Amino acid sequence: MSTPALVTAGSAAPDHVPVTPRNLPNRGGPANPSAERIRLRFSAAHVRTEVVWGETTVYIQPASALEVVRYLHDDDAEQYDYLADVTAVEYRDLELPVQVVWHLRSIPYRRFLRLKAELARTAPLRVPSVWPVFKGADWLERECYDMFGILFEGHPDLRRILMWEQYQEGYPLRKDFPLRGRFSRSEQLRQALAAQPETRYSMHELSIADAFEDLPAEMRQRLARGQRPGE
Amino acid sequence: MSKRTVEVTLATSGLDAEGRPQRSPLVVNEGGRVTTLEPMPALEPELEGEHMLINIGPQHPATHGVLRLVLELDGETVVRCIPHVGYLHCGFEKIGEYRQYNQIIPWTDREDYLNSPGNNVAFSIGAERLFGVEVPPRCTVLRVIALELSRIMSHLVWLGTTCIDIGAFTPFLWSFQERERIYTLFEQWIGARLTTTLTRVGGMGADIPDGWMDGLRDFIRTLPKTIAEVDRMVTRHGIWVGRTIGIGALNAEEALNYGLSGPMLRASGVDYDVRKDFPYCDYETYDFEVPVGTTGDVYDRFLVRMEEMRQSVRILEQAVERLPDGPVNVDDARLILPPKSKATSEMESMIHHFKQVMEGPRPPVGETYVAVESPKGEKGYYFVSDGTPKPVRWRIRPPSFVNLSAIPKMAEGHLLSDVIAINASIDIVMGEIDR
Repeated sequence: MSTPALVTAGSAAPDHVPVTPRNLPNRGGPANPSAERIRLRFSAAHVRTEVVWGETTVYIQPASALEVVRYLHDDDAEQYDYLADVTAVEYRDLELPVQVVWHLRSIPYRRFLRLKAELARTAPLRVPSVWPVFKGADWLERECYDMFGILFEGHPDLRRILMWEQYQEGYPLRKDFPLRGRFSRSEQLRQALAAQPETRYSMHELSIADAFEDLPAEMRQRLARGQRPGE
Repeated sequence: MSKRTVEVTLATSGLDAEGRPQRSPLVVNEGGRVTTLEPMPALEPELEGEHMLINIGPQHPATHGVLRLVLELDGETVVRCIPHVGYLHCGFEKIGEYRQYNQIIPWTDREDYLNSPGNNVAFSIGAERLFGVEVPPRCTVLRVIALELSRIMSHLVWLGTTCIDIGAFTPFLWSFQERERIYTLFEQWIGARLTTTLTRVGGMGADIPDGWMDGLRDFIRTLPKTIAEVDRMVTRHGIWVGRTIGIGALNAEEALNYGLSGPMLRASGVDYDVRKDFPYCDYETYDFEVPVGTTGDVYDRFLVRMEEMRQSVRILEQAVERLPDGPVNVDDARLILPPKSKATSEMESMIHHFKQVMEGPRPPVGETYVAVESPKGEKGYYFVSDGTPKPVRWRIRPPSFVNLSAIPKMAEGHLLSDVIAINASIDIVMGEIDR
């Protein structure tokens, strides 16, 4: 397959058209050529390809996510060098699988590709981390884990990021999570007042400080279990 | 009583082999009697000591909000930097799943609150793509004006606060004066200053009032003078240069791999601007240039942002010239409310009004990811619709969040005081990071 021409700096793709209903249909239309190459190369992992409003979505098997992303990043004809976003989607219909979404850009070719992996609800939600390829996935995957509870295997430091480390209520963006939270307002207030700012250091951070050794042994054990002195 | 004048000059004879500014003796001229102060004594040999853990924030003015950094220090050198975010988390994305599309627009004001009009426009472009509507040309040009004004607004705040962080107070006052003028323009346009809610799905909240363009022309005529003034004051200043050159540098490959965007990425030498590469709002028809740095340090980020403001003025000049007449909203009764007089007098308009207010417009099943070049970088909105009036998923791709994730890489190995400069150069807005 011949390598397509690179786009010169500071210009849009040669086939760029503004996305309007006049220019592009809701469904169908020209797909990103990378989708076809993924289908040929990873025939076992490729599930289906969709084009909605000119954006190509390739559905892949979850287990091969890292492999496909690595190919898209490394191959000279693809050069997807920019990971825009990692996120997840859960539909209101709880029969449907949870989807993990990667938004990738190829800056040299001015292409945009959406990768999706569907995770069945019967097993724990697991997907390989793309951190070995894109360091920018670090916080994005942590946020996705924090909000949806999806475990990114191979992530170096998968812990909560927006919620605090001892947060017990679950995963806020899941559809079974109520808008106002699981605990009552009075219980949330009580927990907030009981938390002591001094213990907001993680075990990892306290292990750096000298003061950790000075704490009573019983408190060190409780900190190790993730409890707060006030609780 | 005679005044005694004391002149202090700091001679900077350039940078040493390691890229740090060379220390020179202070020369004090006291009434004609010149004394040369002794150079600072060489640093004492390193004492045997343990590493120190210090905490900056979340309540600290130099963290630009409620960022908390835990730093492990060896003397004054940062060995490890562990950022903590989430103190401002409000669950915008969750709330969005319980709101109609037009009801979400006020939430976008509050996430990156220095760039509210830009967020409103970005949201509307995304929602319109999902609904499959095309806005009239006047609306597109007005949106470009809003986007560029909010870019200047955000960069002015960045400039002022960064100058304060590094020790220059006057540019802060100048830049906030100019920003005040943009706020006045938005107040005349939409009635709000900070939380504008400027757009609607399928149009704008309001057309510009009579005579508004004169105010804008006046602003774009005088803004370059202020930028030039700050430029003269800061760009070649010895302290500024000494505190920013070579600090927090990332090369092009690292910056791209960390997913940085906006001025952070361009300062490192990657020529990626969403306005040029994936155009929206007819940006491909405007004549402007994208500044790109070389070394990717704090100084380059400063230069890139200064030049971006000048380029925004260029875009604004062109937009003012080409603003066409015509409607600002699409002619689509599904999306745009009829005038109140019609809604109370005509049956059909009343039905449309009722359906829109009580149920909300329904987009077709589908999904879209729309990115715009916000002052911080690539700001993306990802919508998933299942055909109901409320989105299944509304995702904000926060540029500050991804840019901040590289701070351990940038800060480690530098001095504690450089962490403040590096943090300022990222241009973070915690409202956007925590959402």
